[in-house]
Amino acid sequence: MNSSFQFFPEQASATAQHVDHLAIYLIVVATIFSAAIFMLILYFAVKYRRRSEHERPHATPEPMALEMAWSIIPFGLMIVMFVWGASIYFEMARPPNDAMNIYVVGKQWMWKTQHLEGQREINELHIPLGRAVRLTMTSEDVIHSFFVPAFREKFDVLPGRYTTAWFKPTKAGKFHLFCAEYCGTLHSGMIGSVYVMEPAEYERWLAGGAGFESLVSSGQKLFEYLACANCHRTDKPGRCPNLVGLFGKPVLMTGGENFTADEAYIRESILNPSAKVVAGYQNIMPSFQGLVTEEDLLQLIEYIKSLGQKPESASPATGAIPPALERRGTAGGPTSRSTGRRPEAQKR
Amino acid sequence: MANHSLALRHQFEDVAQQKDASTLGMWIFLATEILFFGGMFCCYTVYRSSYPHAFGIASNHLEVLWGAVSTVVLICSSYFMACSVNSAATGYRKALVGFLVLTILLAVAFLVIEMSEWYLLYKEGLMPGVNFTYKGIDPGHVQLFFCMYFAMTGLHASHVTIGIVILIILAFRAYADVFTPAYYTPVEISGLYWHFVDLVWIFLFPLYYLIARHLQG
Amino acid sequence: MITATVEARDNYLTHEYGVKSWLLTKDHKRIALLYLASITFFFFLGGIFATIIRLELLTPPGDLVSSQTYNKLFSLHGIIMVFLFLIPSIPATLGNFLVPMMLGCKDLAFPKLNLLSWYIFVVGGLFVLYAMLIGGVDTGWTFYVPLSTSYANTYVILTAVGVFITGFSSILTGLNFIVTVHRMRAPGLTWFRLPLFIWSTYATSVIQVLGTPVIAVTLLLVALERGFHLGIFDPALGGDPVLFQHLFWFYSHPAVYIMVLPAMGVVSELVSTYSRKKVFGYKFVAFASVAIAILGFLVWGHHMFVAGQSVYASMVFSMLSYLVAVPSAIKVFNWTATLYKGSISYDTPMLYAFGFIGLFTMGGLTGTFLASLGFDVHVTDTYFVVAHFHYIMVGGTMMAYLGGLHYWWPKISGRMYPEGWAKLSALVVFLGFNLTFFPQFIMGYLGMPRRYHAYPEEFQVYHVLSTAGASVLAVGYLIPAMYFIWSLRYGPIAPDNPWRATGLEWQTSSPPPPDNFEITPVVTHEAYDYSVVEEMTVG
Repeated sequence: MNSSFQFFPEQASATAQHVDHLAIYLIVVATIFSAAIFMLILYFAVKYRRRSEHERPHATPEPMALEMAWSIIPFGLMIVMFVWGASIYFEMARPPNDAMNIYVVGKQWMWKTQHLEGQREINELHIPLGRAVRLTMTSEDVIHSFFVPAFREKFDVLPGRYTTAWFKPTKAGKFHLFCAEYCGTLHSGMIGSVYVMEPAEYERWLAGGAGFESLVSSGQKLFEYLACANCHRTDKPGRCPNLVGLFGKPVLMTGGENFTADEAYIRESILNPSAKVVAGYQNIMPSFQGLVTEEDLLQLIEYIKSLGQKPESASPATGAIPPALERRGTAGGPTSRSTGRRPEAQKR
Repeated sequence: MANHSLALRHQFEDVAQQKDASTLGMWIFLATEILFFGGMFCCYTVYRSSYPHAFGIASNHLEVLWGAVSTVVLICSSYFMACSVNSAATGYRKALVGFLVLTILLAVAFLVIEMSEWYLLYKEGLMPGVNFTYKGIDPGHVQLFFCMYFAMTGLHASHVTIGIVILIILAFRAYADVFTPAYYTPVEISGLYWHFVDLVWIFLFPLYYLIARHLQG
Repeated sequence: MITATVEARDNYLTHEYGVKSWLLTKDHKRIALLYLASITFFFFLGGIFATIIRLELLTPPGDLVSSQTYNKLFSLHGIIMVFLFLIPSIPATLGNFLVPMMLGCKDLAFPKLNLLSWYIFVVGGLFVLYAMLIGGVDTGWTFYVPLSTSYANTYVILTAVGVFITGFSSILTGLNFIVTVHRMRAPGLTWFRLPLFIWSTYATSVIQVLGTPVIAVTLLLVALERGFHLGIFDPALGGDPVLFQHLFWFYSHPAVYIMVLPAMGVVSELVSTYSRKKVFGYKFVAFASVAIAILGFLVWGHHMFVAGQSVYASMVFSMLSYLVAVPSAIKVFNWTATLYKGSISYDTPMLYAFGFIGLFTMGGLTGTFLASLGFDVHVTDTYFVVAHFHYIMVGGTMMAYLGGLHYWWPKISGRMYPEGWAKLSALVVFLGFNLTFFPQFIMGYLGMPRRYHAYPEEFQVYHVLSTAGASVLAVGYLIPAMYFIWSLRYGPIAPDNPWRATGLEWQTSSPPPPDNFEITPVVTHEAYDYSVVEEMTVG
């Protein structure tokens, strides 16, 4: 039994410090208020204790100013709580642009994480010190919640949509990763560790996972295995929209609406293609619901993102081949299909 | 019980207070009912605004003619309920019984139409959870539409059924000459309930049958 | 305290005898006692679950019960305590007993409906008990989808239907109170002469009537979805699990005020009686109740700051949550000011009232922590939240409930409770409570997630403290249960107005006659006018 008392958890991110400062403000305000109230009650209770059954206390004046004062002063202090809390929350909701992306899939009862370089981990997450990390998270089943107390960061992980969280580790070490949203029988077993490593050490760790294929390349294999490229052609106009340069751009639908092609849009278009049909195209794509897992989807999304990395040079009209496709031959697309096995299925 | 002084329950001081209390009670109950349906209307609004296209397509599978007919039937039933309250207030027992019976008959007719529609949807394979075989555009969201349709019309139909039971009891009591111009609160507050049930349908009909029918699969 | 002479008068307890006279009673006082018996049963049942939970958490590994059992224990603890104890607690027992008497009328507006609501409550309770006996439920009291609709393999439908049914009991009680307050007040009893207990009960009733149907329909949808696999909240079909959370908290946040508003009403009565002074700022306290009831409907989103709602929605909900804190603060300040220059006695109910103010203040202040967005992200779904809502619901509501029970016990039973034991138990409850729940604030901030069957070792020291406190608390709750039962037979006969209090309920005999008053009282004074009592007792 660890008998040492501590009142603040480890601070391992920039946000952690901000949250702790806010906490100190909150605690000070609360202590002053409750101390004042308790002292007053105690004082009144002793001073005005009943000394005889025949006491007849007189009504005390009830100045309006007093009522106003104790309504407005606490409210003012609470506005500070609101603004302070909201500014931290706002910061939490906005990952910096240079953040490295890591995918997280929650399922009963484990955390699966995928690095862009292809490393996959279960109930573990290795990240470099000092670099902002953006998590894109989804769940295969029920709602989970990704919680790292040392980072003061928590966000729910929902089935059927992507949520994000980010943090910038400021301290190397091993930290708890918890599932904070009750998710069924082994909820308390859905815990893991976040390892914050010195950048050089992290590079070594990444290199150690040589057997892993990058997400883009797994996604590309999957794209070919599922025969997506038959219709979504990049060399000439196909029956389906060209996906090069698609990611992050607005897309016009047959109904006249515009949607931004983000992760959620791509996910929906794979699982439920008829929900949003791009203007100028027929609703001919079959649904891939049940054929692809959440992890497959993340690989496909990452692949489609990679198609858009050089949108200027690879505009759909010219049909220029983006770098990712140039690697096609070496990645051995057709061979992976001919083996008849799903390319992602080999590992873990 | 024909004597209205007997109808005064002991906790009340006088008949006026009793009538006031009963009427207020019914209004508060209707406020509860609004929130009860409100939860479902809220779901409907969220999903309709999220998936307008699928909901438009799905509403094409509902028979607008039958929806319209049942609306008319229910409005007429509400009209006869108003006539019943009026007859009770003026003390025409025969008219009261007659109007109540008409109200009940139209309510039953409404239920018959609604159940036939349900049956047709079931045969078409558009009843989620029981028989749902729709394979057209956007099946997930279309299923959502029908989930909401059956949940809301089902809840409404259960209210109609409860209403019919209440009306039948009222009709028997009216036949037994319980109500007088001085004491007809049960008729009046049942009327309030019945108009509320009617009003819910007035919202349900356009929301499910009329909006965005031009969207085709 | 005044003692009384024995006098054989017709009262509601002795007016009729036999089981049938109780089960078919339309007397609000008897129905209050039916509720009292049923919710006491559920309280101790929920308490047993809490005890096993605390014992399990004594050691870090999950070694006492299996994780599945643990999940069922905390789910049933939550469901029973929230829906079958706290929500009916003060309104259905003290409220049922007192509302007509405080208004000076013979009964509630709809006595049959009142009895019906008790039966509905019992039927709903039996559903939950049956589900518990055949295997229980493990979704937590929150029934979050899609866990409850697709993944849990326990008796979710049965439990949800049970809660759905008890909801109607709550609605009908609220409806009955609203109509009674509007239409049945004694002559001269204007709105601003009403006791503050009536104001808070009225505000509570409004929440019951407007909030409960929403959770009823939400649970109905969950049951339908689970039964028929409809897909209303199923993300695979485009259904939205977050929508469920919005609907759930639209009721379940105001439900917190269903629990705590009546408690505030009780405390207003106690503070006034035992300092023999009019409640300071009567109108502010009265309108604060109404303000809480209204604002309480606008803050549900603060349960969902990390659930995936938009950043801006979160900001609005955070802001509104601070607004609802203001009327609560106003009440605390006004109670404190009431003591000023009063004549304060330390009878047991007043000790509970002090306890309430202290614990509610701490619960409320930690509530303002949670409304602060950046702070909430870290502590939501941890023991910090658990500690916070136990400070409000157990520290607040339970203290006021016990205080109220002691205060009105002479009126309810016609007997006095043993003062020494009562003071002791008030002290034990207060100390046990703080020892149980204060450590949970700390371990919550350290990151201990809630609903964990097993936990990392560094949290153990706080769990040990908490479990130690829980055993003290259990003793504190058992003592009153025993002496209340004892007092029914052996307690000294209570006088009509042992506390020399002002309410109309004290102007009739103890226990009251079946129709409450020999003659309908006429009110000529404001509430809490102690000069009138002096004249009455002297004259």
